[in-house]
Amino acid sequence: MPITYTSGEQVEVYRFNWLITLGVPATALFLQAWLPHQFPVFAMLDLPLLVTIFFAISRRNPISGLLTGGVIGIFQDALTGLPIGLNGIAKTLVGYAASSLGVKIDVENAGARLLVTLVFCVAHKVIYFTVARGMVSLSVQWSWPHELWSALVNAIVGVFLFYALDRFKLRT
Amino acid sequence: MESVLGRYKNLIVLACVLVAQVLGLAVQVKRTTDTQSTRLIRIWAVSSITPFEKVLNWVHGGSWNLWHNYFYLRGVRAENRELKAEIERLRLEQVRLNEDAAQARRLQALLSFKEQFISQTLPAQVIGSGGSEQSRIVYIDKGQKDGLKADMAVITVDGIVGKVLKVFGSTSQVLLIDDQSSGVGAILEKSRLQGILRGTPSGEVVLERIMTDNAVQPGEEVRTSGGDRVFPKGLPVGTVTKVGNGADLFLSIRVRPAANLSKLEEVLVVTHLVEQEPTQLQSGPVRAADILAQRLPSVPDKPPADTAKPKPDAPVKEATHPAAPAPGKPSGSTAQSRAEATPNPRSDSITPVSPRTAGTTPSAVQPATAHRPTPPPVQVADPVNSTAPKTRPAPAPASATEPSTQNGPQ
Repeated sequence: MPITYTSGEQVEVYRFNWLITLGVPATALFLQAWLPHQFPVFAMLDLPLLVTIFFAISRRNPISGLLTGGVIGIFQDALTGLPIGLNGIAKTLVGYAASSLGVKIDVENAGARLLVTLVFCVAHKVIYFTVARGMVSLSVQWSWPHELWSALVNAIVGVFLFYALDRFKLRT
Repeated sequence: MESVLGRYKNLIVLACVLVAQVLGLAVQVKRTTDTQSTRLIRIWAVSSITPFEKVLNWVHGGSWNLWHNYFYLRGVRAENRELKAEIERLRLEQVRLNEDAAQARRLQALLSFKEQFISQTLPAQVIGSGGSEQSRIVYIDKGQKDGLKADMAVITVDGIVGKVLKVFGSTSQVLLIDDQSSGVGAILEKSRLQGILRGTPSGEVVLERIMTDNAVQPGEEVRTSGGDRVFPKGLPVGTVTKVGNGADLFLSIRVRPAANLSKLEEVLVVTHLVEQEPTQLQSGPVRAADILAQRLPSVPDKPPADTAKPKPDAPVKEATHPAAPAPGKPSGSTAQSRAEATPNPRSDSITPVSPRTAGTTPSAVQPATAHRPTPPPVQVADPVNSTAPKTRPAPAPASATEPSTQNGPQ
């Protein structure tokens, strides 16, 4: 049964099959846990974040976006040894912001997607580190070059990933 | 009122979700252990991910093994030669180390030390990671069903890896030593300085709590001190790579882990440790004559009557070792045999040909090392059926040269 969401007046709103709605985040979580073990360089990627952004900007529904981000983030936290909620809070906010942005502007072309993903990756890191330091007192390290490089890599991967996931979009 | 709710519906939902998560975080920070709700979420997440990881690892490992074990055998002969040469070298070194170990055991017996032995390990395969740069954990394919518990040590043949953090049904979460929340009691091998090994946010491993007035050199080996009650004493940890001044009069010592933490495949979980006191026999008085007998070359054992006249072309080692070789050792030419047969060129030490190493009946003078404590039997749990572990006989004093890097006494 397809899940439908509210549509805007100016921009096109998409929905997804329930199999995609559940399967894509689950696959992203699985790959996030498996790939860095096989290829340590993939630890730089945050596939659950990219999936959160994609669903948020496609559905263009803030509530749907924040709930998707929150659930994905909580399950991502559950796989780490850290308290549950760090990624949850960060991805909730990113999901909300991405879907709110998606309502206002068209983010269908590659350039816009690259820029939006880059900005949201940095924003996600900032929120994550703020919560980790401010609430959980984790001694996480912040390095601007590393974070920017990581965000750029994620944004580039995100562009290709979004094009791949575009095939699963269903018009409302 | 309704219009206000409708207008700010998105923000209200956002605020509710955020508040709920913040409250959840606050509860977790206050409590050191997982609450029921968070543990459930972890179990759901792990249970839904790890079966796929196991399957994928099985397929990946199978194809990799097929390629490397049956098709891609380039350089195997050269590697075999190198390994044989290394075995020869290690056997020679082992003869020397056996003497040092025997001496250490005698001293421990005199001081009524309790020795800690790894008596049982369980092999496990690393199937995945936590997927976060901030949390350095891995998942192994053994869990509660296999008898694993939290805080069990996880090692490889190269060195320590971490400890079991959380145990699930058929998987476990292992906290690596380079995680910032880990802490391992460690000791520098030469200077005997003790510190705490910790991970840093960037994934490096540092040795803390060593004062700046101590001299630590790069290249020094680091071993476990046993003070954390997780890892038994003496396991390899890593090598000092950089020494600098840290904060608060403490040195900043960077350590390169002995185990390759980024490419872990198989690990051993230490499921059982045994503390053993020296027996009465071991802790009995050591006669000066015994010590002297150990340091002097002993008389070779009398060969049996039928082999009293060795063949002229027979190698020397056969004449000095008429008895059957120790179990698990090849009966042919071993480097150890050569080492025992040939006096050490160094003037201050002569490689002993003792009845302990020869495995025959004791000669007239029984060296003190013959009374070395026998470690408890080492059990290697069957990776297929861990409930029925196989018992490997403990390395007998006569066959002390048998390699026991994985399960031997530490």
